[in-house]
Amino acid sequence: MDYVKLINCMRCGMCLPHCPTYKETFLETASPRGRVALVRKLQEGELVESEKFLEYVSLCLDCQACASACPCGVNAGELVAEFRCESKKEKGLSLMEDLVLRKLVPHPDRLEAATAPLRLYQKTGLQQVVRSLGLLKLFPEALGRMEGLLPKLPDAPLRQTISEVTPAVGEEKGTAGFFLGCVMSLIFSEASLATVQLLSTLGYRVVTPKAQKCCGAPNMLGHDLDGLKEAAAFNTDLFDSFDLDFVVTDCGGCGAELKKYGQHLDGERKAEEFSASVRDISEVLFAESEALARKLKPLPLRVTYHDPCHIAHCQGIRSQPRALIKLIPGIDFRELPEADACCGSAGTYNIEKPEMSDRVLSRKVQNVLKTGAEYLVTSNPGCLLQLKKALAEAEPKVRVIHLTELLQMSLEA
Amino acid sequence: MEKSFIKALAGIVGEANTLTDPESLACYGYDSTPELQSRPGAVLLPGSAEEISQVMALCHEAGVRVTPRGSGTNLSGGSISFDAGVVLQTSRLNRILEIDEENLTATVETGVITSALHREVEAKGLFYPPDPGSMNISTMGGNVAENSGGLRGLKYGVTDDYVMGLKTVLADGDLLKTGGKVVKDVAGYNLNQLLVSSEGTLGVFTEITVKLIPKPVAKKTMLVHFPQLEQAALTVSHIIAARIIPATLEFLDRVTIKCVEDYAHVGLPLDVDAVLLIEVDGHPAQVEEDAAGIRQICERHHCSFFQTAAGPEEALKLATARRVALSALARMRPTTILEDATVPRSCIAPMVKLIQDTARKYDLLIGTFGHAGDGNLHPTCLTDERNPDEIARAHKAFGEIFEATIAMGGTITGEHGVGVAKKKYLPKLVGESGLRVMRGIKGALDPKGILNPGKIF
Repeated sequence: MDYVKLINCMRCGMCLPHCPTYKETFLETASPRGRVALVRKLQEGELVESEKFLEYVSLCLDCQACASACPCGVNAGELVAEFRCESKKEKGLSLMEDLVLRKLVPHPDRLEAATAPLRLYQKTGLQQVVRSLGLLKLFPEALGRMEGLLPKLPDAPLRQTISEVTPAVGEEKGTAGFFLGCVMSLIFSEASLATVQLLSTLGYRVVTPKAQKCCGAPNMLGHDLDGLKEAAAFNTDLFDSFDLDFVVTDCGGCGAELKKYGQHLDGERKAEEFSASVRDISEVLFAESEALARKLKPLPLRVTYHDPCHIAHCQGIRSQPRALIKLIPGIDFRELPEADACCGSAGTYNIEKPEMSDRVLSRKVQNVLKTGAEYLVTSNPGCLLQLKKALAEAEPKVRVIHLTELLQMSLEA
Repeated sequence: MEKSFIKALAGIVGEANTLTDPESLACYGYDSTPELQSRPGAVLLPGSAEEISQVMALCHEAGVRVTPRGSGTNLSGGSISFDAGVVLQTSRLNRILEIDEENLTATVETGVITSALHREVEAKGLFYPPDPGSMNISTMGGNVAENSGGLRGLKYGVTDDYVMGLKTVLADGDLLKTGGKVVKDVAGYNLNQLLVSSEGTLGVFTEITVKLIPKPVAKKTMLVHFPQLEQAALTVSHIIAARIIPATLEFLDRVTIKCVEDYAHVGLPLDVDAVLLIEVDGHPAQVEEDAAGIRQICERHHCSFFQTAAGPEEALKLATARRVALSALARMRPTTILEDATVPRSCIAPMVKLIQDTARKYDLLIGTFGHAGDGNLHPTCLTDERNPDEIARAHKAFGEIFEATIAMGGTITGEHGVGVAKKKYLPKLVGESGLRVMRGIKGALDPKGILNPGKIF
């Protein structure tokens, strides 16, 4: 790890009020400034990689709010993530991590096959039986939490059912490549269909290459750099083989990763160009605000917006989603207090660190309830999973949906 | 620290609030001051005044040293324990107890974050003016202990001007109540003011009552570019001489402008020597008149551009840019040594020039920004702690800057405190009798010398 990056932290503390775990604990060891100090002192030989050390460092959600807040340009979250990766590389992954992060998630076919029994489980009503009998309590905790998070799955993953080319409605303005993302395709296929519909309504031909693979973010988590590079090269070549004006995704996590392909492939030109062509769906729609506004019908709803970390902190996209929501006539938009604070989902954090995840989530839910909104809009599948479950429990009247679903509702109103 | 003693401390504040693992100790061995590091013997996070009182009584009896700490944003090493003693972090005492609209006071626990108090009182149309650059992080207890200033010091004064009452745990654990909500009170020595800026050496605050004022109705924020540094500095003196008192009159030099712009992207100019950020507030008519007067003076001093913020959002952006100046400077080099030289306002121009000359003389990169309106400048030396020669030159340069400051009738710190970082300059400033009085007071309140030892003198 680059020692200079560590000593660049001047310990001013500007990160403290933005760190979700510091806000919960007031502990220096649970703050970005503290984590940088820990890793630095490890490198300086003042500390050893004890169990406690790893526990402190692993409490970081990797939400990158500290990076947004740091005037010195230190990215504490990334430094900690880098350290965790290196540490994992030496120690190896747990069996579970290896299975999920390396063997399953990066391979869409395997992932889709693995979730097939889940569809059956939900479809046959077995899920109802299991839940009502409280059998979940018998499962190991992590598995139980995973099951509890799952909303109803669509009949089939979108990657399998969507046609590779969706024509533009009316005059064609250009061609968009659609990067699906695993969880969006598997679970939130309706939101992704809304994405395609919005693009085509605005005059874009949408190409969704069926062969596309996972963006590679899970490989990064599992410190499988080879796998990450392989995914980056594969997707770059695949999308490059179509004649596209830009590549769009409605998954914040994928967007953040795709925009780093150039970096992952050491500045290779094709990858740089690919990364430069990637847009979050909110960026595309915002650029089309005028045309979009003409098509939107009134929706008299109270709406608030949660900034996914991968959208706000990793991609710096904050104003566009809000502007799009406000574009809908009749919308009563209410700003969410601490809108860009992590919801606690954070990849697999909610399963690995349930206690802190719940504390962070509960703060988010309280803030949502304060707004009095009927709809909570966000644009990342991890946040959707986490917030749907939490709000279903806390206040079922609040619906949680993807930004494109809200816009589609207005299109069809 | 002995295990049995730590156990006794844990008996007071609870196991979970008693930290002794090496990782925690390492993380409480620093604050925002560069170069300074240590490791305390234990860290305690008490939850009430009562617990603080019991901890102090126990430490007093055992002769164990205690360093109070808020959010650790101190810039003079004041919240670091250098003798393996106890660090007492007050963050858990974070309730705003009362906003008294009839008496125009607010009473808070010591760990309340300054900006949280701002938000609450401003929602009621009231105003707590002190706003240190670190107000989103710093605690009220820390502000009182250091007598923090900030961007509004020129018109509204500093923390000291607003503290009306304190509840303080003394070194032996006794609780001292000073002042209160009474506007006029001349009974006995002014212990309130004695405790403000005591830098944690006389007691641990648990409750603070501050004065509030009505929130100004109107406000105007201006950003002025100067191709020449000296013209900017002269403008500051001439605005004051023209009897216009802006709420904020901030100065940023070329080095600082570049770093801030790199971070905040607010459209600061990269081709000028200095900018002034000026804010006037008050009655709308007065605000208009002051702004017009300021514009005239700036133009007379050959400003190249005069911008008035279009609305509150733009004004906030500009003010935020100034607020992050220090941290933004840290982008250039790893180690940022910030100083706090403060001169009479008429001396701003010679001071700024002296800082530049000194930087050249010692071949150093020094960025200067600060509260020019109240004479409080922050020359900030951008260095690399791995280069001992450069660090030595930086300290020599600051030695000269402080000599000159004192010679101009200025002071060695306007708002960051003496702490350990500047104790060597204090005798020159206050003289032998000044030191004797301060030591006498310390001895009377903390006879065993257990409270934040080694700080100030």
